[in-house]
Amino acid sequence: MNHWIVAPIVLPAILAPFIIMVLRYHLDLQRIFSVAGVIGLLGIALTITAQASGGDIQVYELGNWPAPFGIVMVLDRLSAMMVLLTALLALPIVLYAIASGWDERGKHFHALFHFQLMGVCGAFLTGDAFNLFVFFEVLLIASYGLMTHGGGAVRLKAGVQYVAYNLLGSTLFLFALGTLYGVTGTLNMADMAMRVAELPADDTALLRVGAVLLLLVFCIKAAVLPLHFWLPASYANAPLPVAALFAIMTKVGAYSILRMYTLGFGPEVEATQGLIGAWLQPAALVTLAIGTIGILGTQHIARMVAFCAIASMGTLLIAISLFTETATAAALYYIYHSTLATALLFLVADFVMERQGGSIEPKTPMPQSGLISALFFVGAIALAGMPPLSGFIGKLLVLDASRDAPDANAIWAVVLIGSFVTIVGLARAGSLIFWKSHDAQHNPTPEAEEKILAQPAPEPNAGLAFTSVFGLVLGLVMLTLFAGPALNYAGKTAEQLFTPEHYISAVLGGEE
Amino acid sequence: MEALVASAVGILTAAGIFLILRRRTFPVILGLSLITYAVNVFLFATGRLALDAPAVLNKYEDVPYTDPLPQALVLTAIVISFGMTAVIVMIALSAYLSSKDDHIDMTAQDSVDAPGEDA
Repeated sequence: MNHWIVAPIVLPAILAPFIIMVLRYHLDLQRIFSVAGVIGLLGIALTITAQASGGDIQVYELGNWPAPFGIVMVLDRLSAMMVLLTALLALPIVLYAIASGWDERGKHFHALFHFQLMGVCGAFLTGDAFNLFVFFEVLLIASYGLMTHGGGAVRLKAGVQYVAYNLLGSTLFLFALGTLYGVTGTLNMADMAMRVAELPADDTALLRVGAVLLLLVFCIKAAVLPLHFWLPASYANAPLPVAALFAIMTKVGAYSILRMYTLGFGPEVEATQGLIGAWLQPAALVTLAIGTIGILGTQHIARMVAFCAIASMGTLLIAISLFTETATAAALYYIYHSTLATALLFLVADFVMERQGGSIEPKTPMPQSGLISALFFVGAIALAGMPPLSGFIGKLLVLDASRDAPDANAIWAVVLIGSFVTIVGLARAGSLIFWKSHDAQHNPTPEAEEKILAQPAPEPNAGLAFTSVFGLVLGLVMLTLFAGPALNYAGKTAEQLFTPEHYISAVLGGEE
Repeated sequence: MEALVASAVGILTAAGIFLILRRRTFPVILGLSLITYAVNVFLFATGRLALDAPAVLNKYEDVPYTDPLPQALVLTAIVISFGMTAVIVMIALSAYLSSKDDHIDMTAQDSVDAPGEDA
């Protein structure tokens, strides 16, 4: 058995308690171990991605119990690329959190950070539906701690809402799993897919209920309208480096939809027909629309980026809901792009908020505004989907994949108008924050202005903070430059997803 | 038996949803607890209801048994919901202590358009 598969879960699972119990009072050591842990995770992720890129689906049987009796971890191209994305995202964020001093504004930042990584990696790797629930809980409970990190009345209040909403979502998840177990008698995803296909056609009412409940749960995670209400308040009030990490959490929802619905509840299963096309697609379109309206309407920069996250989830789920191989390949490319771009904008928003607060209105100038506005510009171009960055390629792929879809007109209209509104909204915010910084009341004399601009950065280690944000920019640039290889990988991943027989036979291999 | 379990799940869920829609934190948390109880009972029933049957197979004779897997699931679900409830109680308590207000909704002045440091 290939023990690398379980390593992305084991490493943070050991490191996080170690940080809590041994390094509790040593912030410097915590930082060193945390960064080393993330680099280690990146190494592991690269290794398993290399292993998975051959196209073999590898299975890790926990406790050596064969599926479907034991819990299995499954490594295929999709899980490998998602784990790699998690590690790639975590590295700049942990560096930024250290450089900006966010990790000392409360306790246990690094431990919670690694528990969060463990939950996310576990959710990507597991091949068991109930285990997926458990890893969801791991990542959620760590996210509760991270979200309220640093405290403050408003943040805690937003935290209560966030926890209550997700607790309800978890309960719904259990109802869904219970229903599916009641119908199929198994919780192993591959086994479930097989039993679903064998189910007599007139005995599918409960299965349909289970599948709808499951889709609802994943839509809560992915912040699909009308289940998106938790996202703006939570993300805008969380510490913004944490919000940047949360960019991967909505993708966990998208990943789960892809995984479960390509495997077991695809369009060829009569009971769940129309679930993706007839329900998810309109919801995704409305999500994109509401996200862009939110970008235009909000008065706060962090909230604006949160709506950017919602809008990009809308685009992503449009691609997923087309449910073809090309569209899924486009979606996988877009997952990488939107995660990095959203995280980038959240970190830029943190720069702005640390210097002059978050409201989008004319204010006195801020130090380092040249550098920050350049970063904001790059992030805005990427998120709005303008050339030359990867957002343009991603949206182009999505539009191209939807050309033959029955609702192609609606999709093209929503995506294109949405992009336009996003550009307007981001341009409005950018020009108000960075250009019109001289309103009548705060207009400083030229000397005073030079003094303000020459102020040192509020971050304890501004160099590292800017470097880590440029790391995310570098990620976007690489994604653009190497769009060909990336898309090639995404295409093969989609091909693997749409031949679930390989997955099923790899997991249940022993039985055949 | 079936009617009893089904109505228990139904009533717990209904009461839970009613409480979750309240405006103050405490009833909301109570409602969440009730719903987690409901889902625990529901998970038990997914292995089909069997009375007076052990949760192990008997390899010597063919006696009725009850499905052990849902019981393991319920155990996990109880532990998780227990921990989560403790977390939300603590967060709600500190939110109440720092804002002197236990409404679950954001008021106009701490609305998210002026969040975090600005508020």
